[in-house]
This record gives sequence, C-alpha cells and structure tokens, in this order.
Amino acid sequence: MSDLLRRDLFKAGGALIVGFGLREVLFGQSHLDTTPRNGVPGPPDAKQIDTWLAIHADNTATIFIGFAELGQGNSTALLQVAAEELDLDMGQLKTVRLDTSITPNQGGTYSSASIQRGGPQVRTAAAEARLALLQLASKNLSTPVERLTVAKGIVSVQGNPAQSVTYGALVGDKPFHLAFTGSAPMKTPAEFKVVGTRVARNDIPDKVSGKYVYMQHLRVPEMLHGRVVRPRGQSAYGAGAKVVSLDEASIRNIPGARVIRRGDFIGVVAESEWDAVRAARQLKVTWDTTPTLPGSAALFETMRAAKTTDKVVLERGDVGVLGSAPHVVSFRINGPYQAHAPFGPNCALADVTADTALIKCSTQDVYGTRNTLARVLAMPLEKVRVQYYEGSGTYGHSCYDDVAQAAAILSQSAGKPVRLQFMRWDEHGWDNYGPAHIGEVRAAADAAGKIVAYEYHGWQHNWSLVETSEQLASGKPAAEWPGAAAQGVSVANTSGIYATPNLRIVNHTLPGTAFLKGAWLRSPLDLSVSFASEQAIDQLAYLLNMDPWEFRQKNITDMRWRGVLDAAAQAAKWTPRRAGPNAASDKSGAKIVTGRGIGLGTHLVSYGGAVAEIEVNKETGKVVAKHMYGAIDAGLTVNPAFVENQISGQLVQTCSRMLKEEVTLSTTNVTSLDWNSYPILRFEECPEVTPIVVQRLDQRPSGAGEEVMAAASAAIGNAFFDATGVRMREYPLTPARVLAALKLG
Amino acid sequence: MAGELRIKVNERAWNVSSAPDTPLLYVLANELQLQGPRFGCGLAQCGSCSVLVNGVETRSCVTPVSTVQGKSVTTLEGLPALYAAQRKLAKAPELHPVQQAMIDEQAVQCGYCFNGMIIKASELLGKNPQPNEAQIRAAMNGHLCRCGTYPRVIKAIQRASRTMMAEAAR
Repeated sequence: MSDLLRRDLFKAGGALIVGFGLREVLFGQSHLDTTPRNGVPGPPDAKQIDTWLAIHADNTATIFIGFAELGQGNSTALLQVAAEELDLDMGQLKTVRLDTSITPNQGGTYSSASIQRGGPQVRTAAAEARLALLQLASKNLSTPVERLTVAKGIVSVQGNPAQSVTYGALVGDKPFHLAFTGSAPMKTPAEFKVVGTRVARNDIPDKVSGKYVYMQHLRVPEMLHGRVVRPRGQSAYGAGAKVVSLDEASIRNIPGARVIRRGDFIGVVAESEWDAVRAARQLKVTWDTTPTLPGSAALFETMRAAKTTDKVVLERGDVGVLGSAPHVVSFRINGPYQAHAPFGPNCALADVTADTALIKCSTQDVYGTRNTLARVLAMPLEKVRVQYYEGSGTYGHSCYDDVAQAAAILSQSAGKPVRLQFMRWDEHGWDNYGPAHIGEVRAAADAAGKIVAYEYHGWQHNWSLVETSEQLASGKPAAEWPGAAAQGVSVANTSGIYATPNLRIVNHTLPGTAFLKGAWLRSPLDLSVSFASEQAIDQLAYLLNMDPWEFRQKNITDMRWRGVLDAAAQAAKWTPRRAGPNAASDKSGAKIVTGRGIGLGTHLVSYGGAVAEIEVNKETGKVVAKHMYGAIDAGLTVNPAFVENQISGQLVQTCSRMLKEEVTLSTTNVTSLDWNSYPILRFEECPEVTPIVVQRLDQRPSGAGEEVMAAASAAIGNAFFDATGVRMREYPLTPARVLAALKLG
Repeated sequence: MAGELRIKVNERAWNVSSAPDTPLLYVLANELQLQGPRFGCGLAQCGSCSVLVNGVETRSCVTPVSTVQGKSVTTLEGLPALYAAQRKLAKAPELHPVQQAMIDEQAVQCGYCFNGMIIKASELLGKNPQPNEAQIRAAMNGHLCRCGTYPRVIKAIQRASRTMMAEAAR
C-alpha cells in the first residue's frame, strides 16, 4: 500500500480501489495523467483534512507528509506525531512518497524544518481527524464524546469496552470532506505515549537488506541511459561553459549512442549504460578555457578585495568601546568552499512527452523543482509531475535540481524516458558549493570578565538561483537568490548566545557570479562563523586567565544555552582550567600533544554545545579528533534516538569538514573532483562520539539535523589552541596548514 | 553477442548480453536488477559497489564482467545464503548477522554506503571472527560514509561478531 496513488485511493463515491504497486506505476505511466482526484493539479488543498490523512477500512491510516526522508528518520518521526494524536499504533500507519499530485506542499525539506514546521501541521490535522472520528463514534455508539476512549483506533465506551467501533468501520476509505481549522484540542506532554519515545526507524530494515528503492535503482521500459558532457570542474558561475567545437563523429564507434545538444548543454544517450558512460568519456568537445577564477592560492585575497554590497544586519549600543576595553581580541579566519558530495551522485529519471512530464528525482522540494522544470521544458506547470525518491544523503542543495533538469532536457529531445546518472566528477565538479567565507571578529571584555562589545564582518556570496543545465541549454544568465538570512552571517551564532551590550554584525556580499556556484550546505556558513566567533570568545577567556566554560557561563543569560553548555561539559567531565599547553607538556617536548575545547552554536533556532578532544602531531601536522561530545536542545524531541543519530553524524561530518574538506580550484576550473582530490574522514580517523539530547517537552520543537555543527567546529579550533597555544586562522586543519601555523607560532 | 558470457551470482548462473569490458556493476544493476551494489564513484574509491568475488571484497565498478567468469559472485542479496552455506545451516536466515546488527544498532542514516559496509564487514568476520576495534577500523578504512555513521558501524560489527561467535558455539 505504500505506493498507493492518492487519486486511486479516492474514486468517485468513496469506494476503495486499490492502487498499483510501484513497479506497475513505473511501467504504466509513460503517458501519465497528471490530474489528481479533484481535477486540480497539486498541491492538494492544505485546508482540507483529506489532504493530510486517510483512514482505511482495515483500521489503518495513511499520513500524507510533505517532507523528504533523507536518512534523518523524519518519515518515522512524523508518523509518531500522527500516531500520538490519532491514538493509533505505529504499525497502523503508513506514509507515501512525495509527489506533486499527491502530497501536501509543506515547503522544502531544509533548515531542519520537518519537525519544526511539519510536526505541528501533521499534529493538528491528526487531532482534528480524531475529534471528527469521535463525533462519528458518538452517534454510532449513542454515547457522548466525553464518555468515549480510544486505543489502537478502536473507540469504546468508558467502562464498557465491548461497546466499541473502529475508525475503519466509521469512515473506512471515504474522505472526511472536512475543513482543516486547526482548532481541535491536542494532547499535553503528560499524555504522550508515542512522542518522545525511541521508536525504531521504518526505513532501516529495507536499507540493509537491499530492498530499499533508491533513486539510482529505478529503471523503466524503453528507457535510455544518459550522461552529461561538461568540462571537468566548473568555472566561474557567471561564465557557465561555452562550447567552441563539438565532434559528434568522435563516438561513431559506439553505435547505440547519440549526442543531444541544446545550446551549450551537451549530453549523450544510449540503450546500454556502459555505452552512455563510454560515449560521454570519448565525445570530443572543445570548451572555452578562458580563466575566470582566482585559483585556490588567491581566493581569499580576491574575496577580501572584491567590491561588495554591505549591509549592517544588527547594531546595538556602540562598538566604539572596543577601543578602550581592557581585554580585546581581534582576528580573521578563512573558511573554504566545501562540497555536498552525496555519496551516490545524483540521478533522475524523466519521461517527457509532447504534453506531459513525469520526473523522478531526489529533490528536497518537489514543488520548487516542478516550478523550474516547467520553465526549462516550456510546459504548463500542471502538466509537470515530480516524484521524490531518496538518493544518498544530500546535506543541502546538491545537484538534485540540476540532474532533474538535465534528465528532462535529454528525455524531451530523445523522445523517450531517460535515466541520467551523474558521474562522480559531475557531482563534485558542478556542485552548488557551500560558499567560502572570511570572518573578521573583534570582541572585548571588561576586567570582571563580562563581554562588553562584539563586532563581526563576514564576506561571502549568495546562493545560485539558475541551475547549470538551464543556464547552458537556454542561455538564461546566472542569478543569485535574494533575501534568505541563512545566506549571510548567522545572527544567532554571533550575537545570540552571550549578553553583550554593544554589537555590530555586517555582511559584505560578494558578486557571486564571479565565484563558484553556491547553495545551502548543512549548517550554512555556520562552521566558518563559529570557528571565528567562538575562538574569539575563547581567546577572551584566555586573556582573562579564566576557564573557557566558566567564562561562557558568566556571559550567558539564556538558560537553554547554559543547558547545552553544561550537558556537553558534564559528559566530557570538564574540569576548569585556563586553556593552553601546560608547562609540563611544553617542557617534555612531546611530539604528540592533546587538547580539549568547548564551543556553542546553532543554525537558526535550536541550541548546540560541543566539546572536542583532539591530538596534534607537531612533527607531521596531523590532527586527529579523539572524542567529540555534542548536546542539542531542540525543544520537544519527538524521537531522541533519531536525534542522537543525527548528532553523531553531525559530529563526524564536522570533523571531516574541519580537518579535511576543501574545494580546490585553478584559474579555469574546480580541481577537486573525486574522493582522492576531495578527501573526507575515514574509519581510522573517526572520533568516538557522545551525543546528548536535552529534552524539553514543554518547548515547541525546532530543528535537530544540523544544530551542533557550529559548536563542534569551534570546539575543534579551541582544542587546537589548548593543545598547541596557537590559534588556527584557516581550515581545514590539514598537515601543511598546521605545520605552517605552528612555525609562525 | 547475447548470452556470450556466463556468470555465477548468488549461486545462480546467468547468461549476460553486455559487452565483456562492461563493469560488473552495470551488469548486476541493469541485467540482473540487483539493488545491493550501487554506483558511487566508478573509481574504486568509495566501496558502494562492493561485492564478494570468491569471498573477496571487490569493487564491481572497475571489474570487467568478463573477469568474473568461472568465479562466484555474492551480492548483498546473497549474503544470508552465503552465511548459511559457510555455517552449514539447514536454512538461510532472513538476514546475515551483520545486517541484523546494523538494524539493532540503528546504524543507518541515508544507508547508501551500507551495501559496501555490510559486504566488507561480512568478509572481515569471515576471516577474523573477533576483530578488535583497531582491526575493524583498518579493515573498513577503504569504505567511506558521508553521513558519519562510522561509530555505529563499528558497534554493529562488534555486535555481529558476538552473535556469530555465540551461534558458532551452539
């Protein structure tokens, strides 16, 4: 039932017609009717209860969720929320895949918003459905609602369990036809039976057995395999890629393969996947190689010297007091471009006919992707249908839109369904990278250890709005996202943690078209910002001869920040002392030194605290994270086990990004194109991790998929200082960079 | 060309129509429609395409299909049966102990790398039933995970080791 098409679920008159299973759907939809049950293209009306859930005759329910399962467990956690309010067991609930003809539009699955934004919607819809079901049961059982009780979808009369009726018998497979008002009373935390418990994830058994259908697994009859042909590694976003010459005859020896060209967009299609791979490799294309990039060596100086658009994000008091405070810290850090680099490169399967288009892909936002696909295909929106299939972890805006557009272009041109698998170098080389960042921070404390002023200036560019496929195929010029606060310096991380009377936060926005394509990468900019900001705070503690944990405690007023600070410190058995190498270790001349550091941070609204314990080899420059502790307060945590898994992943990924990851570029192209040129953390380098969930049943839920990374990046920087007495001003902390910094002292 | 190559996968013989130089991965995915081995890099760098060839973990993305003729290929789907054969069990379990341990430890995030993780761990425990943590890390070091599941994968391998030792003692 999990792939039931909604429109088949509700045929006229409400009788249940069992929909087709996945294979049949795939095999039967080359000429797809994109009109859903009510004749209106998706999204279904969010103000109707039927948009959110359906009760079946067998006393089970389907919950329609607008968020993508990305391996974080939200497809299970949102069912927990529904199970709680509906008084159903988890085994009685299912959900369906995201589909612009079926599932509601809850906005994209980003900003760790599934539970924060999606939870309340699912919860209130479920509560309202339960109330409606109780009213039906009241009539059926001739008993007032107040005297009814529900368990497992069976409504019974209090004190007389034999007198009962099931949800399935009350409405089974018929629509509610009920407006969603959001007015039904919901359970209080004291009544929770499912929310807050460690239910196991629904998706894991199939993921380990090989039964789980990832995007990369889909095949349909008559399908061609496609590959894109691009320069190895992007140049400046604004420059795109320009074909100087194309020799189609260069693949003549691969009879099954053909070239598809639209403007500067080039791809190949073939019946056999290996033919497509070989043809893409062999096709002779001469690209314009005019230098458009600063190259890695000159990147940060080019950024710092660029003409920027400046905006004061926050100003309070007068940071002029920085000049007269007794303790002042001032420094700059450089943060690199980093790649999403999903472990399996993005893949999409498009079936575009003269008047319909069905695109299966791994987008975080089926409705957003549909908008751009309609534009690329020059088709009306209601004729384009997008379905979500989980790919490998994406951590933000990887190439899922680009691959969907490219597959759609190939299918439209070839007149057949096309499965397009990006190669490793396509994904690594044409990503929307997490933008590079320069942070300049000044902070001051008074003699009593109170932070009195803080100033932060950030240099970075915005996110890319036009995908490469559209840019190359249609000539649509590169453009950047307007607005979105997450594109700039996080106010939460720079000024939201400590009570500081004088503040100034300034964004210096670079012209993005002169740099690499950019997008949100898990905890956007935060690793860089906190690496600067929380090292400055730590340095103030050092100047004051104070323990870094005590100094933070002294300057925090929000109890929730103190909660995660203390949770991480306690787990790490933090004992107060001033940071920096002690005399004994200095004197011993040890080759390998150890350090511990603490940090606080978030992405938007949750609270993250971390402690890092690291080892630094002063001879080789190698840094190893030994143990990472991370605490998150995300308000009401629906499933603490899922959040622990998320914290563990965040801690490991932060070590990878702080110690190893860096997009490299020449003056013409990105040059980090695989796992050798863009190394990530491996088993032998992996720290032990201790995740801590600070449960707050009385607080509204907020994100938990990225909120400890900023704290962890800072903790690593501070641990390095503790081990060596040297502040790192640029990351990743590779051996070469570490040795250079130690030499400078 | 059709049927020119004959390969043995999960104890079943298959006639294969792909060209002999086709990487085994594409044959397994497209002709045999197996979902265990999957494309990750095509460069033998990551381990998402791993299979066992005569019991040895092998990157199917760079292994021409012609080179596995006469050998026995096992994919994720075939691991429970392989385990039954190794342990001389009457009936194959639903899951290999390593697969079950991944569930028990809730080790998975996106899960895309877990084909390779499970294949490699099963190879390791076949050779060394009680590896210490350093041996686990060394054996697994060529398998990457982008979600950061390494700590739980290590725990799951230790759990599977205990299960397999207990089963062997029975």
